[in-house]
Amino acid sequence: MSTSTPPRPDIAPPPLEEAVRSHKQLPRFGGSGLFAGGVVLGGLLSALTGFSWALLVVYGVVLGTLAVYVGSRAVEGKRKATDRLVTCLVVSAFGIAMVPLVSLAYTVISRGAARFDATFFSNSMVGVVGEGGGAYHAIMGTVIITALAAVISVPIGLLTAIYLVEYGTGRLKKAITFLVDVMTGIPSIVAGLFAYALFALFFGPGVRLGVGGAVALSVLMIPVVVRSSEEVLKLVPNELREAAYALGVPKWRTILKVVVPTAIAGLGTSVTLAVARVIGETAPLLVIVGITAATNFDPFDGRMATLPVYAYYQLTQPGVPPQFGIDRAWTAALVLIILVMALNVVARLISRFFAPKTSR
Amino acid sequence: MTATDAPPTRPRPRQQPGDRVFAGSAKGAGILILVILAGVAIFLITEAFPAFTADSADLPGGEGLFSYVAPLVFGTLIAAVLALIVATPLAVGIALFITYYAPRRIAAALGYVVDLLAAIPSVVYGFWGIFALAPAMVPFYGWAEDNLGFLPFFAGPASATGRTMLTAGLVLAVMILPIISAISREVFSQAPALHREAALALGATRWEMIKMAVLPYGKSGVIGGAMLGLGRALGETLAIALVLSVSGGITFNLISSSNPSTIAANIALQFPESTGLAVSTLIASGLVLFVITLLVNMLARYVVNRRADFSGAN
Amino acid sequence: MAKRIDVSDLDIFYGAFKAVEGVNVSIEPRSVTALIGPSGCGKSTFLRSLNRMHEVIPGARVEGKVVIDGQDLYGSDVDPVDVRRQIGMVFQRPNPFPTMSIYDNVVAGVRLNAKKMKKSDLDDLVESSLQGANLWNEVKDRLSRPGSGLSGGQQQRLCIARAIAVQPEVLLMDEPCSALDPISTLAIEDLMTELKDRFTIVIVTHNMQQAARVSEQTGFFNLNGVGQPGRLIEFNPTEKIFSNPDQKATEDYISGRFG
Repeated sequence: MSTSTPPRPDIAPPPLEEAVRSHKQLPRFGGSGLFAGGVVLGGLLSALTGFSWALLVVYGVVLGTLAVYVGSRAVEGKRKATDRLVTCLVVSAFGIAMVPLVSLAYTVISRGAARFDATFFSNSMVGVVGEGGGAYHAIMGTVIITALAAVISVPIGLLTAIYLVEYGTGRLKKAITFLVDVMTGIPSIVAGLFAYALFALFFGPGVRLGVGGAVALSVLMIPVVVRSSEEVLKLVPNELREAAYALGVPKWRTILKVVVPTAIAGLGTSVTLAVARVIGETAPLLVIVGITAATNFDPFDGRMATLPVYAYYQLTQPGVPPQFGIDRAWTAALVLIILVMALNVVARLISRFFAPKTSR
Repeated sequence: MTATDAPPTRPRPRQQPGDRVFAGSAKGAGILILVILAGVAIFLITEAFPAFTADSADLPGGEGLFSYVAPLVFGTLIAAVLALIVATPLAVGIALFITYYAPRRIAAALGYVVDLLAAIPSVVYGFWGIFALAPAMVPFYGWAEDNLGFLPFFAGPASATGRTMLTAGLVLAVMILPIISAISREVFSQAPALHREAALALGATRWEMIKMAVLPYGKSGVIGGAMLGLGRALGETLAIALVLSVSGGITFNLISSSNPSTIAANIALQFPESTGLAVSTLIASGLVLFVITLLVNMLARYVVNRRADFSGAN
Repeated sequence: MAKRIDVSDLDIFYGAFKAVEGVNVSIEPRSVTALIGPSGCGKSTFLRSLNRMHEVIPGARVEGKVVIDGQDLYGSDVDPVDVRRQIGMVFQRPNPFPTMSIYDNVVAGVRLNAKKMKKSDLDDLVESSLQGANLWNEVKDRLSRPGSGLSGGQQQRLCIARAIAVQPEVLLMDEPCSALDPISTLAIEDLMTELKDRFTIVIVTHNMQQAARVSEQTGFFNLNGVGQPGRLIEFNPTEKIFSNPDQKATEDYISGRFG
């Protein structure tokens, strides 16, 4: 209780204030304050040289960063100043990267809203010159072709992933892994050319078929499905497989009844994301499916309209007067983005609600 | 008491019929992928073959396959490299921000937003490039021509629409940003906590910690990610087809309105109206693109996998 | 139900590496046999070779004979899947199937083998297996809840119930208590004493007191050095191993003078 040793005067610690002062620091919001000062200065500068938002940002960021560095260097020393400099650079990099995102979202929504109406979703382009018309045929085409592509790719992709994780050994496994990687890098237009070349062999040159588009999309989709399903299957603990084997369950039933159900949420997510990945593909469909003004539900019979290709042609060949076509193009782009976002949200929900219920 | 006089026999496990069927179909699916890839190569070569053998005067451009493809290859490379130069530092910045600077609670959400950028269809990026980015760049091009005109890149005359090679490169940069930053983010966040804490315990500032413990660990991952981004930029079609104003041949001038096209954009623009030998020529150019992206991607995988071997994460 | 296991000249390999060498032992029916020894000496590997779980690992193989009831497990016409149906296994970490309820976990061995059974038979099987694993009273009101929601000790007993539900001849346990707290461990040890009336039990354990408490026979595995194969040094009644072992190495290990 009372055993506190009396302070020995000869080696008394330096007073607290002094200890703190030897590590000088900018006040809590000093860094941000200096940055803001720099930005204000930049604003003035850009106002002097003819105001523009771009210049304001450029001057502001440069001067703000400079202010922080110089201020910190003077007060806190070189190491701390470098740290603050990098912080400024990293945050600015992130800020700069957000500019296109915001700009893109704003542009698409504001321009796409003009024709976001019932006619757009219920009418095709048959007999439409100028005003009116819609993308019903293109939306249906996109749905049909993407669904067909999923029907082709999902079984192949899942089975390949199962092979790679559960069965594959040696050289064949290495070769397949490598080629899946290679396939991931196939440019989408090349996939379109492949589908064209394949179908041109059977149907002659100039062929345009919806199913060809599905084949082209499958070439792009299969590697995505394989890759992500492989990752998901690898996450299933080996203990579960061993538990099933130890019960005398054959391997294939173990995979179907234990491994796949455990991984089902992840598999659903990966398939959904793969669909989201290809639903906006334009180039291959431009090559092999083409475009048409009328509604065509039969992927084995000639040209079909698809949403991305529709958007592309409405913008590049809008007709006279051009404004109506351009409006339709933007609305198509907006619908496309909404579709992709919706698929991403669905993927999230799948992984949240279908995950195995482990309360531990 | 050795019973090993007989050579060691390895009993072949007797398989269940169900197992055989299932294993067979899984293996078949894997082999199908080999077949598809071989098919891509074979069909492209078959359909492109007439362009290799035809008289050069009959080809589009009338000067032979090489002089037709060369400017396209040049355009493809320059747009992709531009994109890479712009995107890589930004992507690293984003990745660092999300992994080590942003408050933990919003970091995941930010990562998700960046991932969404990757999902936006390329045709939409093309729209944005024409209508938003290109006009915004026009004043800069004028300024660059006046003040930086001594550099070959900014020789001018500046484009009045902004649909230049530089704009195309910037659109591509935005498109590949999410890929590079996603991979960088992954490797940065995997940097061993022990090393990071060791650095911090030595009194390192945040940047010094990143320099000591994160960047060395993530370097090859960033390089690999950049290569994958390059692969994507090389093959990108519609954004370029929409944004780039095409005419003319090889030039380093980035701000004028006469630019070489890229392979992919050229196919997209020409294919719908082409027949006969022109189609073969386009497919031949697609073959060239296929080979280029193949090489870049293989290199990228090699770099990334080499990292995986040494990371100790497995 | 319980059967005798005769092992002769068993060598176990991982690829080119010989992990266990020259094991000769016979394991008595209706008894608990414990395997002890330092880490990495091959006791778990040996245990896994008894129901051919060993060969799940790529490159792993076995030479020698394991005979149960006159039948060589490694005979050329023997399906490993059938072997595992006769010889159940409980693992170090409890591993109930996360997608299945408690009920489904117990009948997993039956269901996954696509055997058709009447609902009432299944119900009886669940009750008898869970009772056999001393778990029935704790879970009978929540059979449809996920098995992964139980405590660690309960999960392990669920795994035992799952293993005995397929009515095997032999029960192999690979350090079944090393992930559990002392109370759960006690519950499992009591359970082993009850189960040995019906099964041949082989248990691998790091806990020598546990070996002394539950087993009739004890085998001591050791290896001469890193990279050397593990060997069965001594196999004797537990009392003898712990009071008056034949081998010096055994005595050193048991008295803590090891290494």
